[in-house]
Amino acid sequence: MLNFDYRRPESLVEALSLRKEWGGKSSLLMGGTDLFLAIEEEVRRPELLIDLKKIDELSRLEEKDGSVHIGAAVTYSELIRSDLIHDKLPGIWESSRLVASVGIRNSATMVGNICNAVPSAESAAPLMVRGAMIHIASSSGSRTVPAVDFFTGPRRTVVKDDEIVTSISVPLLKGKFGESYVKLGRYRGEDIAQVATAVLVDEKLNFAIAYGAVGPVPMRIPGAEAVLKGKKPTADLLDKAKAEVLSTVTPIADIRASREYRLHMCAVMFEKAIAAAVSRMETGAPAYGARLI
Amino acid sequence: MVREIEFTLNGYHQKITVKPSEKLLDVLRDRLGITSAKYGCGKGECGACTVNLDGKTVRSCLMYAVEADGSVIETLEGFQRLGKKEIQEIYQKHNAFQCGFCAPGFIMSTDELLSQNPDPDEEEIKEALAGNLCRCTGYKNIFSAVKEMVEKRKGRES
Ligand SMILES: Cc1cc2nc3c(=O)[nH]c(=O)nc-3n(C[C@H](O)[C@H](O)[C@H](O)COP(=O)(O)OP(=O)(O)OC[C@H]3O[C@@H](n4cnc5c(N)ncnc54)[C@H](O)[C@@H]3O)c2cc1C
Ligand code: FES
Ligand code: FES
Repeated sequence: MLNFDYRRPESLVEALSLRKEWGGKSSLLMGGTDLFLAIEEEVRRPELLIDLKKIDELSRLEEKDGSVHIGAAVTYSELIRSDLIHDKLPGIWESSRLVASVGIRNSATMVGNICNAVPSAESAAPLMVRGAMIHIASSSGSRTVPAVDFFTGPRRTVVKDDEIVTSISVPLLKGKFGESYVKLGRYRGEDIAQVATAVLVDEKLNFAIAYGAVGPVPMRIPGAEAVLKGKKPTADLLDKAKAEVLSTVTPIADIRASREYRLHMCAVMFEKAIAAAVSRMETGAPAYGARLI
Repeated sequence: MVREIEFTLNGYHQKITVKPSEKLLDVLRDRLGITSAKYGCGKGECGACTVNLDGKTVRSCLMYAVEADGSVIETLEGFQRLGKKEIQEIYQKHNAFQCGFCAPGFIMSTDELLSQNPDPDEEEIKEALAGNLCRCTGYKNIFSAVKEMVEKRKGRES
């Protein structure tokens, strides 16, 4: 029998003081598209739900001081509809469109997605390649953690029981760049990734490469980034970089896919993601949102 | 532990006492007589429980009723009163349903799509309806109903 109390604070200060008082007995509720089922299945047994949806300070989506700030209460539907996201963070726009379906995206938030921290979390790899920062507050202060250091294990993050993630900030890039996000699902709409890869390339051919769903946490692939750095990605270099990818990822076999299939697709998707990012930087095609796989 | 919550349901003010763990779908169906929203999967995957909350479709199976405090909810029951009956009629005309279990969800999603995008192309229609599953029809008639709806509205505007 589920028995919890529910509070809907109107300010962050109020939410943080509830969080301080209730700690690990509380769960933070945003869209609830992950948390609701965790509670129904009794994976989580909170005594208090702190609903953060109606806190104005967490609903902001804006450009400020050279970064795009995505408040914790901003939903995927809001991100997809934002010109700021489409124009300046196209990889994040592209990946957000692949989360679930409209009815879920109307409630689901990006912050909820990364805080839930499953290895396949859609936004993890795209945020990692953009050098995103995660802003975390508690009643005694605030701190900022790079997205690459945010995940500590499956369903685990650096967020402590008295803390709340308030926003994500993504630094804007100067000059030309190209991004891509490739998701391997079994069908379109509502399937989580079996393999996901995000790539960012800039004018100087600096590459940032990240994978999701092929290890306990989403990860950057520094070995592959180093191989490709500053050079035109020839077939030979791509092979070397692919070898780095395959020696870094540690996919498991589960109900969705075997380990071998995932490894195979890591390599296939690598080529598609690099090709799309480079070509988008140079020619703008294929358009963001076009199917890459 | 109970809460008194209030919301507008199909244009009528509602006040009701709920436990925080009561699901919105159960409250709508079992206590407020809203049977258009169906319990399909209970996991957010099929769209049968879709209702419109503050202008956006949501999965009422994935929400607690307390979360809806202060909001405006629309369901199929209110379509006549809200002047949206045409979508239902066109779905009927196209024989877009067999058992009908998925129908309210599809109609709610269509209504949302057309309110945001009066002239969607085939891809945009698919995208908007991708979260609604139908076991019976194969979707063809559903798409043709939506397309006729689009044409009809365009015709009226020009
Ligand atoms: C049918 C269906 C399809 C889905 N498809 C996808 C998919 O394709 N890709 C994908 O990645 N995910 C998918 N998901 C999972 C889910 O929708 C996403 O992870 C979503 O982004 C979660 O956001 P939310 O706002 O609903 O989070 P919630 O469920 O509200 O919260 C998720 C977790 O984060 C914590 N949390 C929330 N806000 C904060 C905060 N501010 N600070 C600290 N902790 C916080 C919560 O306590 C909870 O543990 C799907 C879910 C469903 C039901
Ligand atoms: S019953 Fe809610 S989505 Fe299936
Ligand atoms: S008509 Fe039977 S599920 Fe759609």
